[in-house]
Formats: sequence, structure tokens, C-alpha cells
Amino acid sequence: MKPLLEIKDAVKTIYNDDENLNILNNINLTINPKDFLVVLGTNGAGKSTLLDAITGTNQLTSGQILLNGDDITSENLAKRSRHISRVYQDPKSGTAPRMTVAENLLLAKRRGLPRRLRLRNLKDNMPEFKELISTLPTLDNRLNTFTEKLSGGQRQTLSFLMAIIQKPELLLLDEHTAALDPQTSKDLMEITNKIILEKELTCMMITHDLSDAMKYGNRLIVLKKGEIILDLNEEEKSKLTESDLLKYF
Amino acid sequence: MSLIVSTISQGFIWSIMAIGLFITFRILDFPDMTVEGSFPLGAVTAISLIQSGHSTLYSLLIAFIFGCLAGFATAFLYAKLNVPILLAGILTMTALYSINLRILGKANMSLTKSTNIFNQFGLNKLPTNFNGIILGIAIIALIIFLLIIFLNTEKGQALIATGDNETMAASIGINTTVMKFIGLMVSNGIVALTGGLIAQQNGFADVNMGIGVIVIGLSAIIIGEVIYPDVPLSVRLITIVVGSIVYRIILMIVLQLGFNTNDLKLISAIILALCLALPTIREQFLRTLRNGVKTK
Repeated sequence: MKPLLEIKDAVKTIYNDDENLNILNNINLTINPKDFLVVLGTNGAGKSTLLDAITGTNQLTSGQILLNGDDITSENLAKRSRHISRVYQDPKSGTAPRMTVAENLLLAKRRGLPRRLRLRNLKDNMPEFKELISTLPTLDNRLNTFTEKLSGGQRQTLSFLMAIIQKPELLLLDEHTAALDPQTSKDLMEITNKIILEKELTCMMITHDLSDAMKYGNRLIVLKKGEIILDLNEEEKSKLTESDLLKYF
Repeated sequence: MSLIVSTISQGFIWSIMAIGLFITFRILDFPDMTVEGSFPLGAVTAISLIQSGHSTLYSLLIAFIFGCLAGFATAFLYAKLNVPILLAGILTMTALYSINLRILGKANMSLTKSTNIFNQFGLNKLPTNFNGIILGIAIIALIIFLLIIFLNTEKGQALIATGDNETMAASIGINTTVMKFIGLMVSNGIVALTGGLIAQQNGFADVNMGIGVIVIGLSAIIIGEVIYPDVPLSVRLITIVVGSIVYRIILMIVLQLGFNTNDLKLISAIILALCLALPTIREQFLRTLRNGVKTK
């Protein structure tokens, strides 16, 4: 199988306290199509830096990133957004607060495409948006609500929908349920898993929740001090318990 | 009566500048000091061109283009060289002072030609000061119409999204740098156009006439928002016009009460400060009222 994403010898160095610090230390990682990869690691392990490097928010110091065999290492964020979408931890990061839910979805529907000087077509897209949110009780009938009026959970659900509305080749979830209350977090995680499986998305999810890490995904890696210290496939993962995983922290 | 008509006329013309300022202050969500330089830039450009025999419309077109270039300079400093926006605006504004002196050749110049846009196209047949109102309404209607159309295009929505949440906008592939260029250029273009209009209305241009214009523009925006809170974006553009007229009326009343015209800038700043503080004052007043009711 041709890999979807290949990260080769990725190094990210920052200058901190008069010394060079490797946030990512020679990372090599391959993700195949339809993989649901869960990433665990302590704070400062390099998880978000790895996602930043994949999206192009932050460039690598050295190394290579290939998407479908194409080298995207030097491509900027806008170019990569055609193929890669991301949901952030903070519910406020993923949506435009003074725009309505429908306007946000329309913006996301043209992810990675040039914004032209032609009238937007909100009306024609409304049936599709209505259908999309009809399965999500938290957002039902909220298409014309300004995003700033939504709760954190509703905003994060919208961020997730915006990330998947134009099927991405790679979906990155950066602790996207961490800022929500336990019940909302659980609901959103179930919606996430359902949609990923239904749409056969390739996903890389960072989480601090060990039970989520055990429950979801078909592969698990643990990062520590910028290095991958554990890489398990679905079968290997199923043999582990949460307490086994704790040993790696 | 003529004083009121003149005040309303001023309100209409100045609201064009406030609409320009709205693009950066409310849509892109940052204060742009460039306007204090681009406003006189438009004024000196228009007066110089008319004095050298060019048409009034041509002078306004060039004033608009020069304003766009001033916006471009600020956008370059801010979006390309990562200079903080406040500093980028101040740098361009400072540089424009010398450029304005170069254009005008001296600190101020009167319009000795009898022709200006306020007495052309049949406007001279209108009663005194009504020409300003009619011309103001025509230009405002055109600018608001074009802005509403633009803001409803894919590019316009990308501009709004950039000001609303730059992280999100960038992550969905919007080139936020280009959006900042567009916003700053159009904003300063409109401000310079207003400078050209005001200079023609007053019959002179002065390199110092930009001092305090940001306060005038912000006052119009804030007063409009205080009178009409929570309205859609397109309606907000109209509320700026109302805000501008109300601001001019407040100034007129203050001056009629006998305040010295030298204190105009001080009065303007106090009016803006009061308008900015109004939501907080209202909230505290309501809270006190509620607590009072509970105590009883």
C-alpha cells in the first residue's frame, strides 16, 4: 500500500536558555490511507510541533514530509490546506465568531481553493449544510446563529464539521475534546469516530485521555522528548491496558 | 437652520472617512494610524492637481490611488516585515508628512480656482450646504453598495474571516497577508478620497489637517454602534453615517454653548471617550439598579 504521509528524519530545533533544544528529534513516521493514528505524550513531548510541521504552520529545521509521495516540506500552510485539515484544542481557534454557522461552513467548503471576486453562494449550499448538521443534535437549526453565541462544545463540533466538510486527505485532531466538559467531550469523540469510519478518513489524533487512546484508532504512538518511543498496530494495542501505557509517561 | 444643514452636510462627508476606517478597525480588527497621514495625502493631492488644471474627478481618483499606496506601505511593514500594526501606521503616517509637503510644496495651499466638485454637475443650483448633503449621500451610497457587494464575495468573506480569526482563516487556506493588504489599501484609499473632498469643500489643503481624524472616524463608528447595537454588517455601514451626523451635531451644540474652537480636539477626544465608556457605564448603572431592587 502506498503511504499517505511519510515523515523522514524530522528535526525541529529551537534556541532555549542559551542552548539548542530538539523539540522533534529525528522522527520517522509513515501513515497509510484510512489509518486512525492516536498520538500520546506528556506536555512538551513535541506532539503539537509535529502537527505544526505537517500543516506547515511551523517549518522543520531539517527532514522531509511527503504526502502521497510528493514532497510538501517547503509548501506553505495555504497550499497544504488543500489536503490537510486540522481541529485545534481551543474551541475558539477553529471558527470565525462574527460569522454564522452556515457562513463558517461555506468558508471551509472552499478550503485550500482561491477566494475569487465572485458572489458567495450561501443559498444553494444551505440544503447540504442542513443535512450535515441534522445528525448533530447540538447544532440542529443553528445554521443562522452567529458562532460567538454557541457553547464551547457546539463551536468545537462546528470546527470538526469545517475540517471534514471537504473530505481531507489527512485529518489532524489536536486534543480537540480537551477543553470540553466530560459529557460533551465524550459526545464529540463519538461523533468524531463515527464520521471518521463512515467517510474512511485518514486521521492523526493527539489526546491526553488514555481511555480514548485505548478505545479509538487502529494505531498508537507515544512521543517522549521529541522521539517516538512506542509504535503499536491495532493488534498490539489491544493487548495493552491503560496501566501498561502509563509506564511510558 | 443653515448651521444645522451645514452640520449634517459635514456629517455626511466625514462619514465616508469613517467607513474607510471601519474596514481596518472593525473588519480587520486593528487600529490603523496611517489614516492621519493618508487623509491629508488625499487633500494635498486633490488641491495640487486641481490647481495645476486637472479635473476635480481626476484629482479624487488620484487621491484614492495615493491613499491605496499609503495603505500598501503600512501593509508591507505589518504583514511582510512583521512590524506591529500600531508602529507600522505611525511610521507611514510620519513618512507621509514629508511626502505631503513634497506634493504641496509648502505647508498649506488654497484652492484659487473657482471650480470644485461641490459646485459642479448641477450641485451649484442647490441651496447653500445642500450640495454637500447630496454629494455626500451619492458617494456614501456608492461606497456602501460596492462594499456590501464586495463583502459578499468569496474574497470579501475571506477578509472578514481574516479579521475574525486569523488562525482559522490561514488554516483553511486563506492568504491572510493578501487580505491585510486589500483591507489597508481600500481603507486608506477611501480615507484619502475623503481628504480630497474635505479639502475641496473647505477650499484649502494643509499638511496638518490629518491630526485627530482617527478620533473623528472612531467617534462616528462607536456612536453608530451605541445607537444601533447588534445589527448585521451591511446595516452597520449605514449606522456609521448616522453616528457621523450625531457626532457633528454634538460638536455643534458644544461650540454653540460657547466653548473655544481651540478646544475642538479636546472636546472630540472627550466625546469619543464617553462613547467608548458608555456600554460600561450603562452596565454598571443597570447592575446598581438591579442590586437596588434586590435590597428592597
